[in-house]
Amino acid sequence: MFYVIKRILATIPVMVVVALFVFCIIRLGPGDPASVIAGDYATAEDIQEIRIKLGLADPIPVQMGKWFVQLASGDLGKSYHSNMQVTKLISQRLEPTLLLAVTTILLTVFVAIPLGTLAAYKAGSWVDKFVMIFSVAGFSIPVFVLGYILVYIFAMELRWLPVQGYRSPFDDGFLLFLKHITMPAVTLSVIYIALISRMTRASVVEVLNEDYVRTARAKGQSEFKILLRHALPNAAVPIVTVLGISIALMIGGVVVTESVYNIPGLGRLVLDAVLSRDYGVIQGLILFFSFIYIFINLLIDLSYTLIDPRIRY
Amino acid sequence: MADTSTVTLKEDPSIFRIISGNKGLMTGLVILAVLTLIALIGPIFTESPTSINPMVRIKPPSADMWFGTDPLGRDLFARAIWGGRISLSVGVAVAIVAVGFGLLLGLLAGYIRVLDAIIMRVMDGLMAIPGILLAIALISLTGASLFTVIVAITIPEIPRVVRLVRSVVLTVREEAYVEAAIAAGTKLPGIMIRHILPNTIAPLIVQATYVCASAMLTESILGFLGAGIPPEIPSWGNIMSEGRTYFQLCPWIIFFPGVALGVTVMSVNIVGDGLRDTLDPRIAKKM
Repeated sequence: MFYVIKRILATIPVMVVVALFVFCIIRLGPGDPASVIAGDYATAEDIQEIRIKLGLADPIPVQMGKWFVQLASGDLGKSYHSNMQVTKLISQRLEPTLLLAVTTILLTVFVAIPLGTLAAYKAGSWVDKFVMIFSVAGFSIPVFVLGYILVYIFAMELRWLPVQGYRSPFDDGFLLFLKHITMPAVTLSVIYIALISRMTRASVVEVLNEDYVRTARAKGQSEFKILLRHALPNAAVPIVTVLGISIALMIGGVVVTESVYNIPGLGRLVLDAVLSRDYGVIQGLILFFSFIYIFINLLIDLSYTLIDPRIRY
Repeated sequence: MADTSTVTLKEDPSIFRIISGNKGLMTGLVILAVLTLIALIGPIFTESPTSINPMVRIKPPSADMWFGTDPLGRDLFARAIWGGRISLSVGVAVAIVAVGFGLLLGLLAGYIRVLDAIIMRVMDGLMAIPGILLAIALISLTGASLFTVIVAITIPEIPRVVRLVRSVVLTVREEAYVEAAIAAGTKLPGIMIRHILPNTIAPLIVQATYVCASAMLTESILGFLGAGIPPEIPSWGNIMSEGRTYFQLCPWIIFFPGVALGVTVMSVNIVGDGLRDTLDPRIAKKM
């Protein structure tokens, strides 16, 4: 219990550093948000007016103090353009991204873990070689190129699936949702399948050499049960770690995938904010995603005791 | 005589021997060498990647125009080759800069206790920010140019290098020969350069290849999103970005640079894996 509290408290300095960092790049960078918002034809007075409105005219320490007070109350700031709360903008766009992420993770887990386990079990066989080649290729192909290849094959040539767009399972029905989410989820999951099948293989190979696996074989346990009951649970810690890190790192892929398939989620919100230079939204989103990353890492660390009873703090 | 020569070979094998002993590494290096050569001398033989020819707009790949043309009638083969030059340069530049800064910060963090806490907290924070998001934000603030894109891709890559170097330093500093050097009165810079630094080189070379691969992918993603290198300098990323609008009409604009990028990144990754296996057999056994 002491460890849990300590670990939770340890996230605070990281969050402070992230907030400081974001503060610095927006305020102290060579670009001036106020002059960007004002446009090319603005006079110096216009820019100064915007600066005062956004609170950019205050001394830096004052701005920083306000910034931390604001963040501590769960406020991620406002859009410079529409004046809407960033938290509100996020909640509007959350559903597609969340569902895309969940589908991707399910797909990854159900493909990568059996694939990696099989590769480890049949180390050196063609399955193993396939997994190795697939994982190197999966790391190397850019997400959006893969996306367009899938669109070309399955939407334009075969016409099995829609080219792009998003349908909500709550408003448009589950089948329509599934049709639209399949290609984006496959696109996004390939890199994670590559990563996690490779990790699973490495982890299971090591466990299969352990004494308890030999003992299980000696007492006549079936090979399937050996993998399921003895090998996988013991190999789980590194797999869960990589899975957690992948979820945390998914946001980069989400931005690209949503852009390829025209999905109105958080990724598109990021891109729209960048293209319209809405620094209020950009900084809010960076903070939001960084805090999610920190939170997921916390969950991974805390889950170790549940996955592996040998780990005690 | 014959005996001793085999012994020396085993103890100090030449670099060529190490490389040729690993099939994957050899393959990766050959592909990479060919691609680099094309990127280096290819532009001499192709026409300008920005010359517009409205007579040959949107032509599919043919014997005359290998990769076809885009809606402005620009030759995509020429653009892909010039773009390759930019993409490879970005990858190499980011790898060198990230490894340089990472090495410096990692050495400081690993060896100086006071700095360790500060540097590592900053790195933890930096790692928590999604790399692509950070790069996009930096570029949109500073304005896109080749230089700012390289800087923006480099910053998110640094923490991993720092962590790697620091972990090597923390292990090595406990070694007997380092203690001996301290006892013999060697000063801190001497210990760092003579004893610590050489131990970081092998893992750093491996890490550099991964950084290079990841930087090329990030460059293409930034270019693709329209937040990367400005369109007047063709890179694989921004060529594909221009292809987005016309994808249903002329998918080859995305396919050729995409495949070129995929093959390049894959060969860099294979070289990285091969180097890891030959330079550090302990890790190789695990994977």
